[in-house]
Amino acid sequence: MAKRKLTPAQRKYQNKVKKAEPKPKLLRNAFLAFLSGGLICTLGQGLIDFYSKVMNLPPEKAGDPAAATMILIGALLTGFGVFDEIAKYAGAGIAVPVTGFANSVVSSALEFREEGLIYGVSAKMFTLAGSVITFGVVTAFVVGLIHALFL
Amino acid sequence: MEKKIGKQTYQIANPPIITSTGTVVGPFEGLGPLAQDFDEVLTDLRNEQSTFEKAERSMLIKACRLALDHASFSSAEVDLFLSGDLLNQIISSTFSAVSLGVPFIGLYGACSTAAMGLGLGALILDGGFAGSVLTAASSHNSTAERQYRYPTEYGGQRRTYQQWTVTGAGAALLSYTGEGPRVTGVTFGKVFDMGCTDPLNMGAAMAPAAAETIFQHFQDTGWDPNSFDLIVTGDLGIVGLNLCRQELAERGLNLGDNFNDCGIMIYDLKKQDVHAGGSGCAASAVVVYGHLYRRLKKKEINRILLIGTGALHSPTSYMQGENIPCIAHAVRIEV
Repeated sequence: MAKRKLTPAQRKYQNKVKKAEPKPKLLRNAFLAFLSGGLICTLGQGLIDFYSKVMNLPPEKAGDPAAATMILIGALLTGFGVFDEIAKYAGAGIAVPVTGFANSVVSSALEFREEGLIYGVSAKMFTLAGSVITFGVVTAFVVGLIHALFL
Repeated sequence: MEKKIGKQTYQIANPPIITSTGTVVGPFEGLGPLAQDFDEVLTDLRNEQSTFEKAERSMLIKACRLALDHASFSSAEVDLFLSGDLLNQIISSTFSAVSLGVPFIGLYGACSTAAMGLGLGALILDGGFAGSVLTAASSHNSTAERQYRYPTEYGGQRRTYQQWTVTGAGAALLSYTGEGPRVTGVTFGKVFDMGCTDPLNMGAAMAPAAAETIFQHFQDTGWDPNSFDLIVTGDLGIVGLNLCRQELAERGLNLGDNFNDCGIMIYDLKKQDVHAGGSGCAASAVVVYGHLYRRLKKKEINRILLIGTGALHSPTSYMQGENIPCIAHAVRIEV
């Protein structure tokens, strides 16, 4: 984004806007995010235990089906129109885990399904998640390179 | 007779009558305090259409038909259709114009569209260029969210100062027949850029433009705030209305309890979780053509000043980091 130059009148007004904006309830939001994020991670851990102990998968492999199950839950909640209602309160607690990633993909896919399967759903489902994937891949590459060269 | 007075105001010599109006709102607006003042409340956000865009259009057409029906007008008797909305290339209005079959001029003024159409319509009638003008505006929460913000099912937390786009459509028929309130003066505003970049805080961006137009209307006409039963902006929300009040106070204009905002009036801000209030072309269209029109007709209020405010950015302009330019138009309506 371009660096903005403000005139004195614009700067004066921007200071007034800062004062006029109601502050978010940070403490309440942080507490709810902590609680809901913790609950989701507990559920994830429960799934890992389920896959390793009940389904007899090796513990280091149980994480993958557990993540896939969490993605499925996030996607279903989005499809049923419940996810955004929960997220209103849970905030980062539900957005940061893999459930948030599922929501960003499924909500975009739903939003653009009227524009067709190719140019709508498949092209636009990554409008929000695309940056996460890009930075995830780039970070993995850089870390992998460091690992290969120096460790 | 000189029709332009002062710098920006047009004094209407032969004020046209708002002969009739039509309003349609979404289910969520139907839960608000003004529900009984709207002609029709939808039970379904999609209004039995396959897309939200078609739903918005169906509301706009319905509002126009209601306005015509209330005045026993047929669309063939209307000389001109002035309409606008928020969608790219104002598709709700242009596509509605197909079904109405009336000569059409598309308007874009973002949320100021209703006031803009009312003002322009009055000038055209006063100029003798038409005998009847139908003016309308619409917005839909889900179509606006898609175009300007996030997918509707995306789970994000809304900002405390954010406004909620009103789902609805309002139409008014201007002519010299029937009885009703008249449009007596119009002030078209200039576009201002006060350095705001946050598209989620449009109230703050639009407040200086609103203050400027209100100030200019009083300067040009010699009226003062106490001469009005209601000075109503559409739609600054709580944050913008407070900022606008501050801006006016700094210029020596102290507005009292008769200063309100359509976006604040349409929702129950305590029970409906809309944060700073409503926004969108429909907010002022349905509040003025539904609620205030009824109050004017019953003579509970006799003189109002409507200030339609619009944030004139596009998704492209703000993504490229540009400021949000804003406009405000004032329309004086008297019984």
